[in-house]
Amino acid sequence: MVTRPPTEGALPTSLGFSFNSFFQWIGSQGPIVQIPIVLIVFGIVVGVLLLLIEYAPRAGRGYFWLRLAACFIIPIVAFMMLRPYQGAVLYVLAIAVILGGILFYADYRARAGAGYLFQLVLFMAPASILLLMGLVYPAIATFIQSFFDKTGKTFVGWDNYVWAFTNPTGFWSIINTILWVLFAPVVSTIIGLACAVFIDRARGEKVLKILIFMTFAISFVGAGIIWELQYDYRQGEQIGIFNAIVVAFGGEPVSWLSLTPLWNTFFIMAVFIWSQTGLAMVILSAAIKAVPPEQMEAAALDGTNAWQRFRNVTLPGIRPSIVVVLTTIAIGALKIYDVVAVMTGGRSNSTVLAFEMVNQQQRFQSYGHAAALAVLLFILVIPIIVFNVIQIRKQREIR
Amino acid sequence: MTIEVIEPVVDGRSARKVARDTRKYEEMARRRLSSKGATIAALAIAIFWTIPTFGLLVTSFRPAADAQTTGWWTVFTNPSFTTENYQLALTSGGTTLTLGESFLNSLAIAIPVVFFALAVASLMAYAFAWIDFKGKNLLFIAVFAMQIVPIQMALIPLLSLFSRGLTINGVQIFPGLELRDIDHSFATVWIAHTIFAMPLAVFLLHNFISEIPSEVIEAARVDGAGHGQMFFRIVLPLATPALASFAVLEFIWVWNDLLVATIFAPPTSLPMTQSLAGLSGTWGNQWYLQAAGTFLTIITPLIVFFALQRFFVRGLMAGATKG
Repeated sequence: MVTRPPTEGALPTSLGFSFNSFFQWIGSQGPIVQIPIVLIVFGIVVGVLLLLIEYAPRAGRGYFWLRLAACFIIPIVAFMMLRPYQGAVLYVLAIAVILGGILFYADYRARAGAGYLFQLVLFMAPASILLLMGLVYPAIATFIQSFFDKTGKTFVGWDNYVWAFTNPTGFWSIINTILWVLFAPVVSTIIGLACAVFIDRARGEKVLKILIFMTFAISFVGAGIIWELQYDYRQGEQIGIFNAIVVAFGGEPVSWLSLTPLWNTFFIMAVFIWSQTGLAMVILSAAIKAVPPEQMEAAALDGTNAWQRFRNVTLPGIRPSIVVVLTTIAIGALKIYDVVAVMTGGRSNSTVLAFEMVNQQQRFQSYGHAAALAVLLFILVIPIIVFNVIQIRKQREIR
Repeated sequence: MTIEVIEPVVDGRSARKVARDTRKYEEMARRRLSSKGATIAALAIAIFWTIPTFGLLVTSFRPAADAQTTGWWTVFTNPSFTTENYQLALTSGGTTLTLGESFLNSLAIAIPVVFFALAVASLMAYAFAWIDFKGKNLLFIAVFAMQIVPIQMALIPLLSLFSRGLTINGVQIFPGLELRDIDHSFATVWIAHTIFAMPLAVFLLHNFISEIPSEVIEAARVDGAGHGQMFFRIVLPLATPALASFAVLEFIWVWNDLLVATIFAPPTSLPMTQSLAGLSGTWGNQWYLQAAGTFLTIITPLIVFFALQRFFVRGLMAGATKG
């Protein structure tokens, strides 16, 4: 009975109330009505969690039983909410009891005091479950998927990766992504730094800052459309500002977004840089203000000019912030999807890994190819994160 | 506080004079520091940065015939404006939804997600900051490093987890949510967004929460407060600036997201960005409509941004400068 797969039409064993039924019910409400309902329910759940965290660890017979009961009831309710089918309910019960038992025993013997482990688990569980379910498990599944064909049933070895490097779409998506991650962060950071330095010493600092930072709040879809108008290409009278300038100087209008090789990639990249520079500016500007003014004064007394002061005092002072900005924008550039989707849809060899991956999956239903591209993307991110982890560790040692 | 003790007691008049002088000198110092060249350079960049947005804003108010044939800069010599484009854009729908309907969807997606992400992440951040356990540092770095997983990598498996559930050796452990056919169901989008926000949210909030002076925490502990009370009564109020700024950031990100919603939302629950992307295809080169639609989409994050940008910058700092 235990090992038998669930029979067709078996009654689901649940409380008659599960995540599923709750979400189905709430879906029948209007979008705006859903907001308060779901927030209240969520608030109640968090409240119960905090109540347990607060009361369960207390010493005393009553709290002891509360803790013991919670160890068993919480997992069982959780599994019931997930609506397991009849065949599985025994497994689930066994897992809940064993886990609860271990937890309770460990807690009972814990040197940090009874209830310590229990609290820790309650604090960590929600985020941990989400991360395991939504990032760890999918990453592993995608990695395995990348060695299987379209349907996901037949093992094909490295074929998907060979496809990625030999097929023009795959090839261009790799080349373009590398260009993106090399140029976009560096250019945004340089312009952002220039803005920060200039604006720091300009009149009307606040207004100028807001004007540049504003683009950060605009969606990539919006930004794509905003720039498409400026890149507009047609014969006769121009409505895009770039071609208007070209024509005014006696040139032929240019179709910017289908300009190959690679030119269109840079024109799309400009949109991304335009939207991210504000972020770089704000972070770097705050960092510059945090550089001790005494150092500047000392350098000024030594007779250095503005550029030398910038090179030798400001730049070393804001190095950590520059690293943060470069990383943030580089990760953003690696995962870019929206701008490419809106502006060219990947045509004229302007596609990138992150876009092509979704494209392969949605349009061609080609899960193997999509997974292989995702793994390549993953490999490209690794060095950036490793570098940052090293930085964090260094800073912790200093502190 | 120590300054108050050292400084001699002064009467109101001389205090006002001191304050006035201070302001004057500060202004003088500012003026001496600000240079003409820097002002011009900054102004040039700011203007260049604003032109594209401004151009689209102008286009959105121009009559259709004008917008299609002449550049937006011609309004300066030949002004004519209309609000018709906005009415048309709000009520037209290239996909199943009009922009107006998907506006409500965007709200229903973004607002709950902000609360979910903040609550779940701050619980974990508190544990990382104020509860000691073995392997804490390693685990924290592991969570931070999860930014390594591009969300594109998580999409397909998570989608199948939501729709088909998880089956191991023929035993169904998690049966799936069966929500694709439910109108206005946002559950999968909420969960997906909350998950993808987690690594960064935990990292930024932990940076802030761990900076709370340990004396405050110790004092509460001596007074007999448990972790639950400390979290709710002490840490949350003290971390409000960080929470608020992350809320703004997260709201803008979720509102502006296209990818997650495209993959996880049922057709009736699609947000504005998705409608706009669909419409910009069907509207082709009807620039008056595209422009109006775009402005309807970006107006909400811009309002949130302008209202709360002071918070916003401070919150970014919490993560950026402390590392």
